[in-house]
Amino acid sequence: MTAIRTEAAPKPARRFTRRRRLRFNDPVVGVWLAAAAVTLLGWIVVAIDGGNLLSRTGVTGILQNSVALGLVAVGQSAVILTGSLDLSVAYLISIGTLVAAETMQDGSVFTAVLAVLGLSAAVGLANGLIVTGLKVNAFIATLGMAFILRGWIEDNYTGPAGKVPDSFQRLGYDRIGPVPVSVFLLAGVAVALWLITKRTRLGHHMYATGGDEHAARLSGVRTKRTVVAAHVLCSLCVGAAALFLAARLGAGAPWAGTEARYDLESIAAVVLGGTALAGGRGGVAGTLGGVLVLSVLDSVFNQLSVDPFFKNVVRGVVIIAAVAIYARPRRTTPRRQPA
Amino acid sequence: MSTATAVLTGAGRRLGTGAPVYALLVVLLAALAITEPGFYEPDSFLAFIKRAAPLVILAAGQYLVIVSGGFDLSVGAVVTAGVVAAAEFYGSFPDAPWVLVTAGLLAAGAVVGLVNGLITTRLRVPSFITTLGMMLILEGAVFYWTGGSPQGTLPEAFRAFGRGTAGGWLPWAVLACLAVGAAAWWLMRSDFGRTLIATGDSERAAALAGVRVPRVRTLAFLGSGVAAALAAVLVAGFSGVSAQAGRGLEFEAITAVVLGGVILGGGRGSVVAAMAGAFSLQALFTLLNLQGVSGALESTVQGFIVIAAVGLGAADYGRLRRRRTPEESA
Repeated sequence: MTAIRTEAAPKPARRFTRRRRLRFNDPVVGVWLAAAAVTLLGWIVVAIDGGNLLSRTGVTGILQNSVALGLVAVGQSAVILTGSLDLSVAYLISIGTLVAAETMQDGSVFTAVLAVLGLSAAVGLANGLIVTGLKVNAFIATLGMAFILRGWIEDNYTGPAGKVPDSFQRLGYDRIGPVPVSVFLLAGVAVALWLITKRTRLGHHMYATGGDEHAARLSGVRTKRTVVAAHVLCSLCVGAAALFLAARLGAGAPWAGTEARYDLESIAAVVLGGTALAGGRGGVAGTLGGVLVLSVLDSVFNQLSVDPFFKNVVRGVVIIAAVAIYARPRRTTPRRQPA
Repeated sequence: MSTATAVLTGAGRRLGTGAPVYALLVVLLAALAITEPGFYEPDSFLAFIKRAAPLVILAAGQYLVIVSGGFDLSVGAVVTAGVVAAAEFYGSFPDAPWVLVTAGLLAAGAVVGLVNGLITTRLRVPSFITTLGMMLILEGAVFYWTGGSPQGTLPEAFRAFGRGTAGGWLPWAVLACLAVGAAAWWLMRSDFGRTLIATGDSERAAALAGVRVPRVRTLAFLGSGVAAALAAVLVAGFSGVSAQAGRGLEFEAITAVVLGGVILGGGRGSVVAAMAGAFSLQALFTLLNLQGVSGALESTVQGFIVIAAVGLGAADYGRLRRRRTPEESA
């Protein structure tokens, strides 16, 4: 896809785009259409129930819901693109909120932010080095890291700890019009990652490594370094999510990341957004669409006050169905061209 | 197909990828013997196997899916759902015969596996997502149905399979473990097993060679579902009704399979090594308990050891491959 030069004749290029859009074959288009459809359907269902999904508070809620999952999922896309995976994100979030809140209690907000990002980068570096250096499959490496972090949390904390000052809590609660300020954090991180993946050499190397690591290495890409960088980027995004959640909760909580299952949810959002689990295809734009689908669904369920357990059932069905409909791997695409 | 058959030829070569796990298991068992002198008394050793049985059975099922190139994240939820469903069922029909309930659970497990397999193969949803969705659905459904706190008790007759003994000394769980092991070993030596590994190695090559890939992969999921249901029966007997019965078991099973030298992505590894991986994991848990590692730090140690063991396995495997290649080409 990236190989198509912009100078190519406009006519075939346009035909190509149109065909893809008509057949929903571009996952990014597909997921945003799906998000629009889910929003519309949700709005109708909630309206029948006598509520308004897209009221001011409703929109704020949807955006607020998207931030934490969005930050994690954007980071997760970076590693999945590169052909890796990160299952340690949930426990890293929990530790991040605890470290943030405890540091803010005694010191300044600035040191706390630095401490959380530093810790995250270290965990990402460790993940990357285990995957590339020890050649442990990413699934097991990051699962092992999750166990290590879990032990650390359970050994040191039994409940909420630390206190986040009001000045920092504004990140979690302030808003401009209906838009929470935290959305700008998500937007900033997403734009940064989008630029990195699409516009820098590192990004091209990430796609190349995820597409075919062997071929990438033979073409001179330092694949190990690329994978490590992707893991560090992912963990930094997770650190940002932890800071946001700390601001939101007002304290650090050992269950901040695990209760919402950010590990599996973020992977689901990434795959919903059309990024191939095997790597090499997809991107941040689709992931944000996937996050929006999940958080709109969440808001609809909340407005209808659906039983939280039943919510999981529907969510499972929706994730499977959505991926089945529009994010499935393209099969036999070229063969049907004449039609 | 030629690469696939090359992988298949000779049990010896397949044992090669699992070699590190046997070494690990021996080390762990030796460490257990030193820590706990009474460990090899028949009673306590059988008790160890009994505790390991659910994980071993899950690992055998998970192996089928992994070696064919997929994941099954739903097995933990199947165990939870099975335990809770059995308790609810006995709540309504206290006099139901245990054979019927067990058979019903196994059939339900088969249905879950079948659905997983059909969604993965027919709708082409990645198995990671299919089984993740299935996990959410099953867990949500069970707790929705029971209002969040599963209740009820299981009659002794039903629990006997998980905690009782045959002839007064041999736990049924050990027999189940042996039976599953033998069945899995036989299955992987049969035509089905060979096509399964070929499918995992290269789906396209297998399809061109005439393997009905969707059917084979669906059957693998079905096997994993049945294994999970069997594990549910054992867990229900062993530790009773709990909403946490199966929590995290899917990751433990996958870890066990990978410890056994089976490559995630499919096509390589033996089922016996996968089950040895499950025994190693259980031996590790037991050892950590005996060493008095505090409950909280247990998972940290576990994380380190799993990473280290898989790292060692990966290194050994690379060396074995390189050493063998010249002989084969000669």
